[in-house]
Amino acid sequence: MLELYGTELPSRLLLGTAQYPSPAILADAVNASGTSVVTVSLRREMAGGRAGEQFWSLIRSLGVKILPNTAGCHSVKEAVMTAKMAREVFGTSWIKLEVIGNHDTLQPDVFGLVEAARILCEDGFAVFPYTTDDLVVAERLLAAGCKVLMPWCAPIGSALGPVNIMALRSMRGHFPDVPLIVDAGLGRPSHAATVMELGFDAVLLNTAVAKAADPVGMARAFGKAVEAGREAFSSGTLEPRDVAVPSTPTIGRAVFS
Amino acid sequence: MRLTVNGEAHELAATTLAELLAALDYEGDWLATAVNSDLVHKAKRAEFQLSDGDRIEILSPMQGG
Repeated sequence: MLELYGTELPSRLLLGTAQYPSPAILADAVNASGTSVVTVSLRREMAGGRAGEQFWSLIRSLGVKILPNTAGCHSVKEAVMTAKMAREVFGTSWIKLEVIGNHDTLQPDVFGLVEAARILCEDGFAVFPYTTDDLVVAERLLAAGCKVLMPWCAPIGSALGPVNIMALRSMRGHFPDVPLIVDAGLGRPSHAATVMELGFDAVLLNTAVAKAADPVGMARAFGKAVEAGREAFSSGTLEPRDVAVPSTPTIGRAVFS
Repeated sequence: MRLTVNGEAHELAATTLAELLAALDYEGDWLATAVNSDLVHKAKRAEFQLSDGDRIEILSPMQGG
């Protein structure tokens, strides 16, 4: 069972709610994935509009935990304010903290991220920081009060999959007891299985499912891949070898001449 | 009173945040509000006095990744 900030979750897949072809397909994808947590956002509501109400009603009907985000924030002030407003609306202290530092790569501004994380942790938030795979930044985030880290494996929406396996492996090794969730850059179920095999505790993704030809089928596939990767890690994978080793016993083989 | 609501200029008679929400047909408990970049809790909207030139943000749940 995955435990995040004292909450036990049956699934190790966290799913975003953006870019689906329709609300019905979003709901079906969430159900098919088996996820326990979905991410949501906050945006300006139109005067007299009810878009937020309809979406909120749909999300609540799914019976999953809500992880609000600060997506689109480029400063500490924006991120902190958005987090506080999200807590007001969604009634949870969980916050996926994004402080974007680069328009092209959507790379986190790690300096602002650490500062915002410290402010929010002191204010009682359970912060899920979207960060890079940098170990020093990770240590600063933990010192700021974060109990979970969410390193990217590639730029958001790129579908590149884990581009720096060594960095992810290093992060797992340095923080054996910290829940690590790969967030951003996953493109296909095998990517999810790969990072889970490395020992990551969970994955968070959105675009790869929402923009698939069949989002519901892809959501199901990611759910299975995450489970398969986790079970593989728990079962102990064989280390690669440079030489061939016969799998069939050589003793007792027949001799023909 | 001149107010900026979600980036748009308005001329409104509302004196409190709750009156402003009613005047612009905002209702429901899924909204978050801020005035001049400070959060105003739901329970405080009725007593929150607006001033000329205030900037109000009204946010609601939206799809996100």
